[in-house]
Amino acid sequence: MPTDALFRRLQQTGQQVRIEFEGRSLNVPADVSLAAALLLHGVGHTRESAVNGRPGAPYCMMGVCFECLMEVDGQANAQACLIEVADGMSVRRQRGARDLLIDPQLDEEVVDE
Amino acid sequence: MSDSRVDLIVIGAGPAGISAALEAATRGLKVILLDEQRQPGGQIYRNVGQADERRRRILGPDYSAGKQLVQALLASEVRYVPNAAVWHVMDEHRVHVLLNGNARVLRGRQVLIATGAMERPMPIPGWTLPGVMTAGAGQILLKSAAMVPQEPVVLAGCGPLLYLLAVQYLRAGIHIEALVDTSGRREAFKHGRQLLAALAGWPDLLKGAWLLARLKWAGVRHYHAARNLRVEGERRAEALSFDSDGQSHKVWASLILLHQGVVPNTQISQSLRAEHVWDEQQLCWVARRDGWGETSVAGIFIAGDGGSISGAKAAASQGRLAALAIAHRLHKLDELQLASLAQPWQRRLRRETAARPLIDALYRPQAPNRIPADETIVCRCEEVSAGAIRSYVDLGCLGPNQTKAFGRCGMGPCQGRQCGLSVTEIIAEHRKVGADQVGYYRIRPPLKPITLGQMAGEREFDLSVFSPLKRIPS
Repeated sequence: MPTDALFRRLQQTGQQVRIEFEGRSLNVPADVSLAAALLLHGVGHTRESAVNGRPGAPYCMMGVCFECLMEVDGQANAQACLIEVADGMSVRRQRGARDLLIDPQLDEEVVDE
Repeated sequence: MSDSRVDLIVIGAGPAGISAALEAATRGLKVILLDEQRQPGGQIYRNVGQADERRRRILGPDYSAGKQLVQALLASEVRYVPNAAVWHVMDEHRVHVLLNGNARVLRGRQVLIATGAMERPMPIPGWTLPGVMTAGAGQILLKSAAMVPQEPVVLAGCGPLLYLLAVQYLRAGIHIEALVDTSGRREAFKHGRQLLAALAGWPDLLKGAWLLARLKWAGVRHYHAARNLRVEGERRAEALSFDSDGQSHKVWASLILLHQGVVPNTQISQSLRAEHVWDEQQLCWVARRDGWGETSVAGIFIAGDGGSISGAKAAASQGRLAALAIAHRLHKLDELQLASLAQPWQRRLRRETAARPLIDALYRPQAPNRIPADETIVCRCEEVSAGAIRSYVDLGCLGPNQTKAFGRCGMGPCQGRQCGLSVTEIIAEHRKVGADQVGYYRIRPPLKPITLGQMAGEREFDLSVFSPLKRIPS
């Protein structure tokens, strides 16, 4: 459920990119972290606890709390506060623990090396 | 060794790491500086090279002062590598790092850890709700993304950073709904001995007094000696309730920023099994270091707040001193040169740390906000409450490592960064023993999330390519 954004930019300048959050297209500043971008859009929460489903959202913004873990372009356990947004980036909330599914593409890369 | 060996690996590009790297390079060492962020400066000078005039004015001169350091780094011989997440350091000085998804390993003759501080967790009921963040997070958003709260914001807790952020928000025209201070009024005069010693650090004291005066002048609602803090809300933060001056209060806000000081980020030094001791003044673990910053593990140094909290200026001086000692060890300086080069930095360091005991005493976090009541969640990753930890102790659990077996406490993705200090103190209090008898989590690699595929694809760091990242073959 979309909620009011907790933060705003001091001024609306600079380049924008489009990212996809849970299938929803968002216009975000090009030079901010993924967690920051989502805080501008009132997405409510960014993960659901592996233990009890509790909603979690960015908390420390410096990579130590791991509260902002998300699935970014298919890669789980990504720290949204340490990743810069990129045009076309597709992100989902991390629901529960990460899957142990092997990404076939990644597998191929390793073999190629 | 192969070409992936350098004289010095510095981990962390804040004031300590940059100063150390610059000093070491000046003394003729081959230095590589690894940093997790995209830009140098650490959290204190975060994004200082990019911030525009307006943001620099809001953040103030102490922030802008970092620009010189960052520019000096970028103009130097130091090989600076951003976006580098160190996930394992081995005591034979091999540093394993994740660079944009690629695992690399390199070896340094000496290693300096300059990973700085993180905010002390403030476990109060409701602190896990979306809409609750740290004051540091609020400041990072301002520095790195020019972002400010949309609606009125509540700041709660204690410590200089809380006041500084409040003043920065005022400069940015942000309405502060309330400043809920857990420290009391005029505390300074209760600490006569520390106050006297702190006079040598008078600029720091003056700065603190000025911040408080500025808040008062702006008419910010400032509650003192607040107790029983609780974030209200079901799915997100809606209000902060607390008691102050004998009355119960409830302040409505969708954004609540908590802070109760900073503590060293000791993940790397703990994982190396360097000797750590409990610091009762700062209420945290600190690695035992000699006067140059070397830990109990030979060739592993720590400079700055990652060792113990003393602030950005002291961090820079400590970085210089560690680099000089390392240059001496690697035969770039003789005994006399070391002594004469170190002396001015040692003198500065004494001045820069003079006010610290007073600051620690003034803003000592309240016991109920470190050792919370049973209902409060302490381990955010595994959703373990303070009451659950006490029940483990009743069943015979003696220390943090055993809480893992009892209820997975500390086993989530943050690896105890958020719960570790609380767990130690809760167990110590419940067992009625000192924190040093209880100990800390055994920290193990990987220190950052890494996939098996990435680990399997690890290669030697290619030092022949000088420009970082862009030219590293994938």
